[in-house]
Amino acid sequence: MTGQVFRNGAGGRIDRTVPLSFTFDGKNYQGFQGDTLASALLANGVRVVGRSFKYHRPRGILGAGFEEPNALVQLGDGARTEPNTQATRVELFDGLTATSQNRWPSLQFDISAINGLFHRLLPAGFYYKTFMAPANLWMTYEKIIRRAAGMGRAPTQMDPDIYARRFAHCNVLVIGGGPAGVSAALAAGQSGARVILAEDNPQLSVSETELADMDNVTVLTRTMAAAYYDHNTLILSERIADHKPAPAPFETRQRMWKVRAQQVVLATGALERPLVFPNNDRPGVMLASAAQCYAADFAVRAGNQAVVFTNNDSAYGAARDMKAAGIDIAAIIDTRPEISDSTRELATNTKVLTGHAIIDVASGRGGATRGVTLKAIHPDTGAPKGSPIDIACDVVAMSGGWNPTIHLFSQSKGKIKYDGARAAFVPGQSFQQERSIGAANGTFDHEACIIEGHNAGAAAARDVGFDAPDARTSPSGIPPAAQPLWSAPTGAKRFVDFQNDVTADDIGLAYREGYQSVEHLKRYTTLGMGTDQGRTSNVNGLAIMADHRRLDIPEVGTTTFRPPFSPITLGGIAGWHTGQNFEATRQSAMSAWHEAQGATFSNAGLWRRPEYYPRTGMTPAEAVHHEARHVREKVGVVDVSTLGKIDVQGRDALEFLSRVYINNLTKLPVGKCRYGVMLREDGFVFDDGTITRLAEMRFLVTTTTTHAGPVMTHLEYLAQVQWPELDVHLLSVSEDWAGIAIAGPNSRTLLSQLFQDVDFANEAFPFMGYRETNAGGVPVRLFRISFSGEHAYELNVPADYGLNFWTALLETGADLDVIPYGTEAMNILRIEKGHVTGAELNGRVTADDLGFAGMMSKLKPFVGQVLARRDALTAKGRRQLVGLVPADGETPIPAGAQILADPDAPPPEFTPAAILGEVTSNCYSPALGHPIGLGLVEDGSDRHGDTLYAHSPITSETVAITLTNPVFVDPAGGRLHG
Amino acid sequence: MLHIACPWCGLRAQSEFTYANDGTLIRPDLSNDSIDDHYNYVYARDPRRGIQDEMWRHSAGCGQFLKVRRDTLTHEIHATGAPQDDLDVPKDDRS
Repeated sequence: MTGQVFRNGAGGRIDRTVPLSFTFDGKNYQGFQGDTLASALLANGVRVVGRSFKYHRPRGILGAGFEEPNALVQLGDGARTEPNTQATRVELFDGLTATSQNRWPSLQFDISAINGLFHRLLPAGFYYKTFMAPANLWMTYEKIIRRAAGMGRAPTQMDPDIYARRFAHCNVLVIGGGPAGVSAALAAGQSGARVILAEDNPQLSVSETELADMDNVTVLTRTMAAAYYDHNTLILSERIADHKPAPAPFETRQRMWKVRAQQVVLATGALERPLVFPNNDRPGVMLASAAQCYAADFAVRAGNQAVVFTNNDSAYGAARDMKAAGIDIAAIIDTRPEISDSTRELATNTKVLTGHAIIDVASGRGGATRGVTLKAIHPDTGAPKGSPIDIACDVVAMSGGWNPTIHLFSQSKGKIKYDGARAAFVPGQSFQQERSIGAANGTFDHEACIIEGHNAGAAAARDVGFDAPDARTSPSGIPPAAQPLWSAPTGAKRFVDFQNDVTADDIGLAYREGYQSVEHLKRYTTLGMGTDQGRTSNVNGLAIMADHRRLDIPEVGTTTFRPPFSPITLGGIAGWHTGQNFEATRQSAMSAWHEAQGATFSNAGLWRRPEYYPRTGMTPAEAVHHEARHVREKVGVVDVSTLGKIDVQGRDALEFLSRVYINNLTKLPVGKCRYGVMLREDGFVFDDGTITRLAEMRFLVTTTTTHAGPVMTHLEYLAQVQWPELDVHLLSVSEDWAGIAIAGPNSRTLLSQLFQDVDFANEAFPFMGYRETNAGGVPVRLFRISFSGEHAYELNVPADYGLNFWTALLETGADLDVIPYGTEAMNILRIEKGHVTGAELNGRVTADDLGFAGMMSKLKPFVGQVLARRDALTAKGRRQLVGLVPADGETPIPAGAQILADPDAPPPEFTPAAILGEVTSNCYSPALGHPIGLGLVEDGSDRHGDTLYAHSPITSETVAITLTNPVFVDPAGGRLHG
Repeated sequence: MLHIACPWCGLRAQSEFTYANDGTLIRPDLSNDSIDDHYNYVYARDPRRGIQDEMWRHSAGCGQFLKVRRDTLTHEIHATGAPQDDLDVPKDDRS
């Protein structure tokens, strides 16, 4: 059984040999290949497809494409479900499931429809007025309103599909595959220009084999131009697999194109306007062009008996096509007192009532249209007069004229202008390299569209240097079709915006309450704020407001069109940047080894760093403590490849570094390292690291892992922009060199065994010394520096050899009990030594706060020196670095705790003034056998020995702490220097 | 998305560049220890509705800084050059 009682046996662009089954609200229906969901529903006689947003009135299909405000459906279920799709743009496939939105509990019986009975309680601005105070009640109301409004449901599972992104360049980009667009693409293509033609429908409106044969022309169907940005950048959303039940394995679902075009031709067509009259939202009332499209393209009769209601000529063609499809045209009602003979000829054998208007639409079962009432209208005022006439019908095909689709033109910053003759906004002056043609330009004649397209395509190609075909002359004297605006002056609910339930009376109310500018009108009434962005409502709404204000439409103005033209999926925007591809991952040369050992990882910027290596029989914390203890007792190796490394060369390299570090570097000889600190221009500490003089005019400086990029940018800015006279060259070599720190009492013996040509004796290779050697021809850089406070070295080798040296160290050091350690143990070791990291270098500390005042050279100027002298940066009461130990010697110090003087004070989150400082780092110290921490405390340097309280607002713990020197282990430095 | 002509690499997409700073800033001389002068260099900005000079960096390209004369109203780019270049007309209307 077909059940497609409104489908004709012949005609249309559908393939009747491929029947398709689908469900709507759980009921089974059938359609054909080539149907949209909307055409298939109409073929099956489904009239009510949704409920309106505010009044929950039953609604039917209004349009046949982008303009559709009513037929929004939820597609599919599970992870692939998609809300708010326009049934008029959904291609039917076998097994499609769709459910209506905006109804609760069901489409036929909707509790909220009672809103309609009490509509006087829900005027424009209702939400603002009612829920203004108390403000927090809105939170409660909002949930109920949203549920009743039924905005569709977002999927809650991971999106299973693949989305791609593509960048493209072309000479001429044509948007729209109608007669004008195809003609433009042909002319540009014939010139040899690289052309992209994008069309939202599954096929172009005309079959054009010449276009398909051109290698320089790319035709993208099922592709919606969503946005027009600066410098002729356009975003196209291509739907590759949306017309299938699911993408094939590894098939991309959608592709987002970012196209940079030298020239753009906009052939985006026009959309029909509804007429505004009482009860014009009954299911069965639709745009004349939609009824025509369903009849001609899908062989679907929108109903059995139609009344055509128009104020212009275009609906006569629609009536003719509807009639050809077998719909009985009961009458054409024309608001104009007179029509031309040629127009009347189009309606031969059809009853035409000029100077009349529909004053009501009667509804039958389920709310669907069952007839209309008309009256003659006064030719000047439009006021109904005389006695009413009733006509039975189940379809009202209305036409209020046409709006050129100027959204992309407006996004391109082109100036739109109002064309009184066409009663529409049309493109004015272009802002970018762009041409609007065809119906999008207000040209509605078919032949004229083709010629306009040809000429625009050729001119665009010619503008970018191609030899394009000659311009054709337009048959002169085609007058613009007169399409006045019309709306019924009074009556029951006259809908302007169907999706947001805005009526003509709401606009009147907004006018009376002073919301008269278009932007106020929009926010107050929500006119044009739906997903259709007011495609069918804006101009009618403006016209009604203009009428109230006794202004012309251009004086009222229009709201701004913003991208996207029609909704696009978040999946498409994200592209392949999801899951582990959300951003790039940086791996050191030893990453795979860490992973094979079962290390856990944490992120530092884009880097993944091993936290610790699990040990059988140990908890994670015990394994970490084991690693830290082992370094102090024996020796450990840690991957420090992630540190930023910058090679600084040039005759003025020393001068340059002297200007950017606070330290005095003039006495730094070749073969020595120094710990260095740099400030930002505003005087706060920026970063720390080491400076090693590799040669007279060559230095290697290191940065913290997370600041590697910003430090490089800072240095390049100074070198290139502010001090171009300095001969200095900077090169980031962070990824060229793998870094390994070897720390612990046995480190010297271990390295001596591995590099036998290097003298590791204290005199030959002292603390802060630097040596170069090679192993089997591989250059090796050795630095005697220490982050842990132990006797330690850092080794740099070309990254390709990092893993070889890592494993060689572990193998050679097996007798010395070498173990690998991770960032957790490294963090414990540096807290024990009072070394600062990102937790302390938080952008709000000065060098003095961290105890670096002595490092600041007074003999030379450096970046940040002057502003670091500002009062607030030198005043008493600044927070200074201190060590923290629990007063009872055992209670862990809560992470991130606030430091207070009075443990019984009200919670610090309510008394910020009571906060003396904060805990920046905390851990259990295996070396000391108790918890320790670092913190920043007001005048902390003077408070060593004081007892204060660490209060965590998160865990509500309060722990008594004693302030100490921040260096817990080996404050004299014997281990370092020994 | 802007189309920016890198003086060394040619016309490239904005996504290859990073905005860096006001293009007219001159750091106080090293011998200048006036807090006010440094304060103005670090904080005081004079953003324009119209044509202004900006410093950008071809961060995902050659890494070089470049001066960009851009209209903040229309996003039109009138000229680009090396940081020390004097750009062609139309001039930044600041001086």
